[in-house]
Amino acid sequence: MASVPRSFLLLSIIPTILILCADFACCNTGRKTGDGLDTDFSGFSVPLEHSFQVDDVSRFRMRGALQLRGGRETSVSLSQSQLSEEDRNTLKEVAAVDGLYKIRVPRVSLTDRQTERQMDGYLTAFVRACSLVESHLSDVITLHTDVSGYLIGVSIVTIPGACRGTEVEDEVDLEAFNTTLTIIAPTNAPQPETALFIERMDIEHEKRGKPQEQKSFFAKYWYLILGGAIFLMASSSAQPSAGGAEEQQS
Amino acid sequence: MSKPTSLFVIFFSLFVMSEAVFEDQVGKFDWRQQYVGKTLFAHFDSHSQSSKKLFLATDKNIFASFNSRTGDLFWRHVDKVGPEGTIDILLLHGQDALMVVGGGRLLRSWDTNMGGLNWEAVLDTGSFQAACFVAIQDTVKHVAVLKKAVISLHYLTNGHQKWVENLPDSDTVQYQAVYSGGEEEVYVLGVVPNSHLTIIAYSLEDGEIIKQRSVEAPWLSSVESSCVVIGQGVLMCVDPATLALYTLPIQAEEAPQFNQILLQVTPVQPRLESVVFPPQLYVHAFLKKDDSVGYRVLVQTQDHALTFIQQPGRVVWTREEALADVVTMEMVDLPLTGTQAELEGEFGKKADGLFPMVLKRLSSQVILLQVWLAHLWKLFYEARQPHGQVKNEVTIETLSRDEFNLQKMMVMVTASGKLFGIDSKSGSILWKHYLENVQPNAVFKLIVQRTTAHFPHPPQCTLLIKDKDTGLASLHVFNPIFGRKSHIAPPALPRPILQSLLLPVIDQDYAKVLLLVDDQYKVTAFPSTKNVLQQLQEMASSIFFYLIRSDQGNLSGFRLRKDLSTERIWEVVLPTEVQKIVAVNGKRPNEHVHSQGRVMGDRSVLYKYLNPNLLAVVTESTDAHPERAFVGVFLVDGVTGRIIHEAVQRKARGPVHFVHSENWVVYEYWNTKSRRNEFSVLELFEGTELYNSTVFSSLDRPHLPQVLQQTYIFPSPITTMEATLTEKGITSRHLLVGLPSGAILSLPKMFLDPRRPEVVTEHSREENLIPYAPEMPIRTEWFINYNQTVARVKGIYTAPSGLESTCLVVAYGLDIYQTRVYPSKQFDVLKDDYDYVLISSVLLALFFATMISKRLAQVKLLNRAWR
Repeated sequence: MASVPRSFLLLSIIPTILILCADFACCNTGRKTGDGLDTDFSGFSVPLEHSFQVDDVSRFRMRGALQLRGGRETSVSLSQSQLSEEDRNTLKEVAAVDGLYKIRVPRVSLTDRQTERQMDGYLTAFVRACSLVESHLSDVITLHTDVSGYLIGVSIVTIPGACRGTEVEDEVDLEAFNTTLTIIAPTNAPQPETALFIERMDIEHEKRGKPQEQKSFFAKYWYLILGGAIFLMASSSAQPSAGGAEEQQS
Repeated sequence: MSKPTSLFVIFFSLFVMSEAVFEDQVGKFDWRQQYVGKTLFAHFDSHSQSSKKLFLATDKNIFASFNSRTGDLFWRHVDKVGPEGTIDILLLHGQDALMVVGGGRLLRSWDTNMGGLNWEAVLDTGSFQAACFVAIQDTVKHVAVLKKAVISLHYLTNGHQKWVENLPDSDTVQYQAVYSGGEEEVYVLGVVPNSHLTIIAYSLEDGEIIKQRSVEAPWLSSVESSCVVIGQGVLMCVDPATLALYTLPIQAEEAPQFNQILLQVTPVQPRLESVVFPPQLYVHAFLKKDDSVGYRVLVQTQDHALTFIQQPGRVVWTREEALADVVTMEMVDLPLTGTQAELEGEFGKKADGLFPMVLKRLSSQVILLQVWLAHLWKLFYEARQPHGQVKNEVTIETLSRDEFNLQKMMVMVTASGKLFGIDSKSGSILWKHYLENVQPNAVFKLIVQRTTAHFPHPPQCTLLIKDKDTGLASLHVFNPIFGRKSHIAPPALPRPILQSLLLPVIDQDYAKVLLLVDDQYKVTAFPSTKNVLQQLQEMASSIFFYLIRSDQGNLSGFRLRKDLSTERIWEVVLPTEVQKIVAVNGKRPNEHVHSQGRVMGDRSVLYKYLNPNLLAVVTESTDAHPERAFVGVFLVDGVTGRIIHEAVQRKARGPVHFVHSENWVVYEYWNTKSRRNEFSVLELFEGTELYNSTVFSSLDRPHLPQVLQQTYIFPSPITTMEATLTEKGITSRHLLVGLPSGAILSLPKMFLDPRRPEVVTEHSREENLIPYAPEMPIRTEWFINYNQTVARVKGIYTAPSGLESTCLVVAYGLDIYQTRVYPSKQFDVLKDDYDYVLISSVLLALFFATMISKRLAQVKLLNRAWR
């Protein structure tokens, strides 16, 4: 059931490409389908929930809504409300006992909207409540997807991440989240770089090969040979006189 | 540009050449033991009286020949693993050993003298039932092979088929035995269970059916399991239900009938279960010179030990074939010698005042003196003995740590449930312990809870034995040096165990605490003394652990609560429709990293990302199509569940072998597109600045590390991989790669460095980076086990020694091989041929020269002063 729209989309892309190749005039229609494809993926929202309790029992409440946008370029944005007076106090209490601040998002697929219902369960992450308080609610939430666009993990860190025990006096600092949100898809691991290596080898061969072909042995060392010959000639002609000089000295 | 490249090549080839073993070093630091596995068939070579050969076929698909006097291996043939290589039967006739292999696929004949293959014949398809030699007047010329629906006769000399015949009514009659009595007939016995026995006689000449008879036998269900042919064609069967013994002459002409012999029912009920073929007892009776009957017995016991016993009940030799299937192992330091231990003990104890301290010191001095005198006496005694008689036998009593801690105790756990303690220097088995009631599908985990460093507390190892299906576990606590079971009672574990973790927390007896997590996420501590529980309560909020359910693709993290319950704090789910988790690997807890960073060419430092909680998770795609298959590598922080890095190797599939250590992960996979094996290396760096240089905390490391990756072609498949380990981590690392050929390759990590440059620059040269080449070389000098191949290598274990340069290596599989490797050569050891005489004579000469010149100078000064 889930694969129906997907395969339809794929099928609609293939003719697009074919048409693009076959006839330039058809380009417009192709473009149109492509646009439709993008609108199909136009964002959907999933809840982002959080939990912070003094007794460390998870009771998740709404924190905000994540606007996810699948397709070729995934993007994500977050709309969240401010923390209430009560929440602020609880968060400070949790921070005081070194409790945890947890968040969770439901497991969804970015590309395949139909399967959202089928997957149950949540992806959970945590950060120490004290570090969240001390960083004045500036957190970085990262969503991780796998190759086929499923959300597989979420992580939350605060910047700075340490708990130094500094008191946050100003209530204003704990009102609004200052969230940086990113979505990370797996990177492609590199293949062995054979092509580049062979290219480099060829260049090296050429470099080495060319001058050797052009210059012969004599061409390369003519000055040495000439010099040697002159020296030999000079020494052979000068030998008797040199011997004479030696005798004179002794 | 080419010049530096070639310089590099020369440099590395030189560096590598010095790594190989010299001829005179063979067997000096290494040893190999060869095993064959559990015996299925055994034959004594009986064609000559003085022969000392023994032929075995085993469940590991090995055909081997032993010396029956010593138990040493003459030769062995290792066939394919799995059903393709199973040995169905082994028959011996004179110089020929006949074997049916692979469920009736091949018929092979071996020359028993040399172990060479005479011939091999491919048989028709059909499941194998039985085989026997066919003789005419005591000269064996043929062999008959019985399959489910067909019988064939082959020549013994070349394996050619003489004839093949279909068996009548093969869909109702189960043909299970074949017999030849020395005449022109071959008898095939089949049975219709609980009805009758069918005997068919075939003509030897052309395979025609001569006779076909049927004998009523409503009590008989299987010929194979309850009957045997004895003497001149008498079939003897047992019926366990009525405790009866039946005999039947197979060659009888007239309507044959079973003769029933009821076994006498004695007060002690004789239990006749069934005659087991092949038996666990192989008896060889022979006529001695004085015409009395002698016998030799080969016994295969449940613990896979093979024992050879001679007539007066003397055990000639025992082979521990359980070691052919080592599952896991650990190396434990040997205890200190008496003197060292005494000193340790003196400083270890608490002071109780001045006078007792003095007394204690005096007593320990006396003991030291005693030990020294004993040592002197021993030296004197040994010097008087003729040279050859002095034996350095290693026994459990004389075990002590050597100067550089190079000799260790190898604790090996085998699949049969037998534990061994092996001396790593000589390879001799010092203790063995058989654990009964170990299920064949049990999973073992060996944990060293207390090392030998805490004298007078004995070292302690714990073996976690877990049933794979039910998850129920039990603990076996023992002393790894002596193999004795500890008197400490392990906790009862009524629920299936999901995870076990060894904490760095120690109790008052210096034993590390083992935490066991059951399926309700409740935690059991072992040892669970008051002290431990108190410590756990204090530390609870900083004890995190992870669980992995690969069937659901679920990774989740937990935190311990004060009441030893747990709380789930993170969860990562990899959808099982896309990929499945095949392996998860953390880092080794005893690993040391000496340098925090790498100095680069421009003198800046690139800091390593050294997260001790990092897990490497390897997945394989469910889609097996070569174009769409992939291998996923996830680096997950085990405390926070944060995905540090996520990479996908496209067009790849397993089996994936990987090593995770320091700040790198190396994995090997099969490239489906290019059809080759490839190595990939991932290295993690924090960058040029450290976030917090004093301590690493997963909870406070907000920035993701930089990840560098490079991939290389490896020209061979591999079976296992491990990294070398040294005491302080100063020595450069090598990867030890087990190849299917049985060689163990020591591959410098230097070759697997993602910073290997494509184009050589001044900086990269400064850093000693090898220029990138897509193919990883395999040099024969890198084989650490030269010609001592380790058949079917399954695992490699590395342990640090007391010398920083030296790493101890044990490779196990069918064989066990122990050696030492020096990844950066022996930089902290003087060479064997070091010229002590020259150095000391030069030193002495210099010393005297200075003395003399000083004296002369003094005299000269004095003379000058007088002038």
